[in-house]
Amino acid sequence: MPLARLIPCLDVAAGRVVKGVSFVNLRDVGDPVELAQFYSAGGADELVFLDITATPEGASTMVHVVERVADVLEIPFTVGGGIRSVEDASRIIEAGADRVSLNSAALADPELITEIARRFGSQAVVVAIDAGNDVVYTHGGRQATDIATVPWAVEAATRGAGEILLTSIARDGQRTGFDLVLTEAVRDAVDIPVIASGGAGCAQHVADALRVTDAALVASIVHENPAGLPGLRREIEALGIELRPLKERT
Amino acid sequence: MTVVVVDYGAGNTRSVRAALTHLGRDSVVSADPRLIADAPYVILPGVGSARSAMTHLEETGAATALRERFAADQPILGICLGMQLALQASEEDNGVKGLGLLEGIVVRLDAPRIPRLGWAVVEPWGDAFYFAHSFVAESPDAVATSEGLVAAVQRGSFLGVQFHPEKSDAAGLDFLESCLSLA
Repeated sequence: MPLARLIPCLDVAAGRVVKGVSFVNLRDVGDPVELAQFYSAGGADELVFLDITATPEGASTMVHVVERVADVLEIPFTVGGGIRSVEDASRIIEAGADRVSLNSAALADPELITEIARRFGSQAVVVAIDAGNDVVYTHGGRQATDIATVPWAVEAATRGAGEILLTSIARDGQRTGFDLVLTEAVRDAVDIPVIASGGAGCAQHVADALRVTDAALVASIVHENPAGLPGLRREIEALGIELRPLKERT
Repeated sequence: MTVVVVDYGAGNTRSVRAALTHLGRDSVVSADPRLIADAPYVILPGVGSARSAMTHLEETGAATALRERFAADQPILGICLGMQLALQASEEDNGVKGLGLLEGIVVRLDAPRIPRLGWAVVEPWGDAFYFAHSFVAESPDAVATSEGLVAAVQRGSFLGVQFHPEKSDAAGLDFLESCLSLA
């Protein structure tokens, strides 16, 4: 298996980073490009950008953000939010994203997973699952469906998803640790990589998740102190998790 | 010097060009056989599916230009699918004939989780690079491995890598720089 991955997630609305990034040394804390570069320099293995605007105007703004990110970033990144068609996915991938993340649109039309995977390969399709009480939620975790979490993850993988981004709604933003039971259940049910999300409060939480699965998404823990990312990596490594060796340009 | 990034009509060439720009190199995306023949350096990037890529390369004349360039010992770097296309054949898309510049075939990965996504150390080079693949080369021209899988192949003027140097941070930029220094 490749090395464990630590993946900061940036929420973007109307081309700006939202959700309390606190840092004074960036010229513009709200610029997703500048923050992305900062996290990349700090040792992020990948980045995820979630467009939470989800309006037509937001979509074209997001394409522009993706282009600017792709022009300066030399690590992989995933873009989610508002992608409802193969055309939407094409625009984001052609703008330079490595992967698109589908959520509600995949639930509404699971065939979309297959179509995007056929065109760009499975590695380009992430299915994001917001899970709570054993069922999948939509609308940013506010609306429950009657679709059970583990079978949906299996269906997404069967239809061609290359990765599952699994968020525990109950843990999201709580900083009490990842839902390891949920993560393990999905990990055991699928043969594609699974990113654990929701609940990271400290290095121990991340290390615990990375013992269970391939990658961990982090948000508030890094946003409240972006300069702390290298330190967080070292703490995780000290807990016995092997992350990629960082290198300086020669 | 202008690097030609071969266009085969699918997906993302922007990241490869961005990395080249970062290294101070001009680049152009093209399938024009004359440009491919004359360029000081050619990159065959890694996007899309094997069948549509090969069809596009053959139809545009880029495939012939790449074979002639290889025969003339002019440098080519293949990335991910671009490396796999240089071999004799691939199992992808129910079987696709490749450019045949190198010996070997491309088979579906046998790994715990597919696609194989993430950073892995490449031996004997020592750096970690970023991989995202579901198929892998089996080739006597292998020159580097990662977790026992073929990570790079080389024969004559063709160097192919399974990983994405354009997405591999400092290690990737250093790798690309050393490739371009041969041109």
